[in-house]
Amino acid sequence: MSDWIDIGPLEAIAPRGARVVKTAFGCVAVFRTAKDEVYALDNACPHKQGPLAEGIVHGAKVTCPLHNWVFDLETGHAQGADEGQVATYPARVEEGRVLLDVEFLNNRTAA
Amino acid sequence: MVKKLVVIGAGMASGRALEELFAKDPEGWDVTLFNAEPRGNYNRIMLSPVLSGEKTFDEIVTHTAEWYEENGVTCRFGEKVVAIDKEAKTVTAENGDVLAYDKLLMGMGSNPFIIPLPGHDLDGVIAYRDLEDTNAMIALGDKPEAKAVVIGGGLLGLEAAAGLALRGVDVTVVHIMGHLMERQLDEAAGYLLRKALTDKGIKVMCSANSKEIVGEDGKVKALMLDDGTELPCDLLVMAVGIRPNVALGQAAELAVGKGIRVDDQMVTSDENILAVGECVEHNGAIFGLVAPLYDQAKVVASTLAGEEAAFVQKEVSTKLKVTGCDLFSAGDFADGETREDIVFRDPARGVYKRLVIEENKVIGAVMYGDTADSNWFFGMIKDGTDISDMRETLIFGPAYQGGEPLDPMAAVAALPDDAEICGCNGVCKGDIVAAIKDGANDLGAIRATTKASASCGTCTGLVEQVLGATLGDDFVIPTEQPMCGCTDLTHEDVRRLIKSQELKSMPAVWQELGWKTTCGCHVCRPALNFYLLADWPLEYADDPQSRFINERKHANIQKDGTYSVVPRMWGGMTTPDELRAIADAADKYNVPTVHVTGGQRIDLLGVKGEDLPAIWADLNKAGMVSGHAYAKGLRTVKTCVGRDHCRFGTQDSTGLGIQLEKKLWGSWTPHKVKLAVSGCPRNCAEATCKDIGVVCVDSGYQLGVAGAAGMDVKETERLADLTTEDEVLEYATAFMQLYRENAKYLDRPYKWVAKVGLDWVKEQVEDEATRKALVERFEISQSVYRKDPWAEHAETKAETYAPIANLVQEAAE
Repeated sequence: MSDWIDIGPLEAIAPRGARVVKTAFGCVAVFRTAKDEVYALDNACPHKQGPLAEGIVHGAKVTCPLHNWVFDLETGHAQGADEGQVATYPARVEEGRVLLDVEFLNNRTAA
Repeated sequence: MVKKLVVIGAGMASGRALEELFAKDPEGWDVTLFNAEPRGNYNRIMLSPVLSGEKTFDEIVTHTAEWYEENGVTCRFGEKVVAIDKEAKTVTAENGDVLAYDKLLMGMGSNPFIIPLPGHDLDGVIAYRDLEDTNAMIALGDKPEAKAVVIGGGLLGLEAAAGLALRGVDVTVVHIMGHLMERQLDEAAGYLLRKALTDKGIKVMCSANSKEIVGEDGKVKALMLDDGTELPCDLLVMAVGIRPNVALGQAAELAVGKGIRVDDQMVTSDENILAVGECVEHNGAIFGLVAPLYDQAKVVASTLAGEEAAFVQKEVSTKLKVTGCDLFSAGDFADGETREDIVFRDPARGVYKRLVIEENKVIGAVMYGDTADSNWFFGMIKDGTDISDMRETLIFGPAYQGGEPLDPMAAVAALPDDAEICGCNGVCKGDIVAAIKDGANDLGAIRATTKASASCGTCTGLVEQVLGATLGDDFVIPTEQPMCGCTDLTHEDVRRLIKSQELKSMPAVWQELGWKTTCGCHVCRPALNFYLLADWPLEYADDPQSRFINERKHANIQKDGTYSVVPRMWGGMTTPDELRAIADAADKYNVPTVHVTGGQRIDLLGVKGEDLPAIWADLNKAGMVSGHAYAKGLRTVKTCVGRDHCRFGTQDSTGLGIQLEKKLWGSWTPHKVKLAVSGCPRNCAEATCKDIGVVCVDSGYQLGVAGAAGMDVKETERLADLTTEDEVLEYATAFMQLYRENAKYLDRPYKWVAKVGLDWVKEQVEDEATRKALVERFEISQSVYRKDPWAEHAETKAETYAPIANLVQEAAE
């Protein structure tokens, strides 16, 4: 059974926005879409390590602020002509709180 | 043997349960029915037609006195049950009577949720739940010039508002979320709904936070919002949600979560007590719509009759009972990787339909304006129908198979005849169509006869589309680059239509101009955000989430993810104190690089994102504000020292530069704007390659515009020769506003002037009335935007610059 950690209230993240969670193995970007879904991805574009948390969120996608690579938030796959993938981690909302799977930290260590 | 059944609550669910029970077992039960309301079962969801006057209360009564008598139901209406004794199997009524039961059915329904705002207990603050509330609203309609405020833009709140409006009451709906009915509708459908309600005379305020209910002599007088807006009202209706009524269940020590917990047979944690309706919780879910309640009622009857039955939760759909607002929502319509949208918009009819497809099945549907096919789609959601064979034509509904592809000109074809196409010459679509019918069949002929697109030319694309829509195949539209993949319209088309159709929000643009995506993309959103805030500075609220990071965080992102900070130095002037404060900040925040920019500013490079609010606060303390070095807006005004020091200086170039900068700073523009003022034709401030450049001469000021010194290098063109500083300020401001109102997003002034022609720009700015109107509109916009974003962010948004959580500690443990 997974163990979820509460990282903060949903309203701390703007709709179509993101916030960063610091971990011992780098930052994770936690996104909130217009529909209040949340997604957690590595906060580094595979192209030039752009901070994805600062990108523009549209639908369930984000555009990297450095060179406009577009990633699907669900799978982490780059869209269109670009090739690459960002690691994704389980995230969900329960009673207005954003939860991340504690396992993800361990997976990040292993990676 | 006849068994005793006590029912608590005469609502829609318990009423249906009794009907089902008597059908199965007419003689088996001796029923006593308690109801806190002094009346029997009625169709509560039909209170809205009663409120609007479309039905009378008698028409919505579901069970009459005769029905109760025929079925031998002992009615105790207006009486509450105050206690349940599970062991003794008895209930105690309000008057002390103790009644024994074999089975007890709880159907107490729900309580409206009242937000505990100051003043919520004032007279005239009501919920929308029962006939008493409805009658209070009906009574208000008899009062002349009555005003009401409804808090809550959900299903119930909107039905209350629409009913009140029909009764002649001046109604304002205050909704905390960004669009109406956000649980059932997406933004686009919410926009159309808002528009329809506004047309009915209902005022709608979204993203509005209530702060306090103001009263006078114990009676409600107004609602105060947290931004200070006061909405006067005689009645305040709170329709913000319901809570299952669980008090009796809790007192009887039944298992209670959000509601009274029941199993699939609708039995509570006590085997002799059942529960039904809005007071129950089943598998973690609670219920507010009628369809599942009726399913539960059936199961209750079967369980009581000793038959096998199980309640299964099904998909539910929503319709709003407001005449003239046809909307439908069902299933799950969130975005997702494995999901695909099919979107259909018909701006002319105000229709929006969206289907969400996953694994070749429809899993969600939102429709507005045309819900004729909603049951067909709802059936597909419930049945999980495989739609792969009809995917292409699915959205057109069951009657429409093999439809023609969507017409990219639909948005223009749908415009009414009085839609203004050419803003310069005030030419409407109808005028152009009339000219075409009189024989003008190409762009040149249209320009010659109507003058449409003959001035600045930015509406050329629209005129061509009108030609195309009117002449059909006889006219081939030259291909212009559309704004992005979300639309076939060009930037110029979109700008023109935002003005002429008065589109004042993103969802309005997406719907009325037939956007192909649900919420745009990173290309169109920043452009639309600019167009909307430039055209409707007071009505449209800037959307930071539609801005590129530099403008969202008011600093320039660098390739390593750090930022640069550039404080404003008015006209390139600074002081020892400012320099000391900058030096202190550079030390305090370990700034690795300090650079002097080409615009006479100091750039602190390599600041960490989370340090930004703190460094800004420090610079603010020394009197400095944002230099907007990150903005598509006014950047810098560069000056030479002018006649104060220079032996060649003809005018006070630094003073004029400072005045220009103080007037223009903070304004957003299609692309960055750089200015300079040189004190003599030797031009030390390099004013002749700026977007706006002033060269001082003995006789006054030469105002040039549309210079460039980037990828292209170009000398400015002379806009005017002026004699006073005030004239320079007025002309430069007018040019700035003309650029803001007309240019394509990301066109620098020199590119825009090349498209519209300097002659057209001169004509506008030289005409006194036009010039003064431009300046006035600029000042209106500046009343919102001429302020320091650093101070504002440091004070109110600082926490958003820090990580939401730091798990480094936890990982170490």
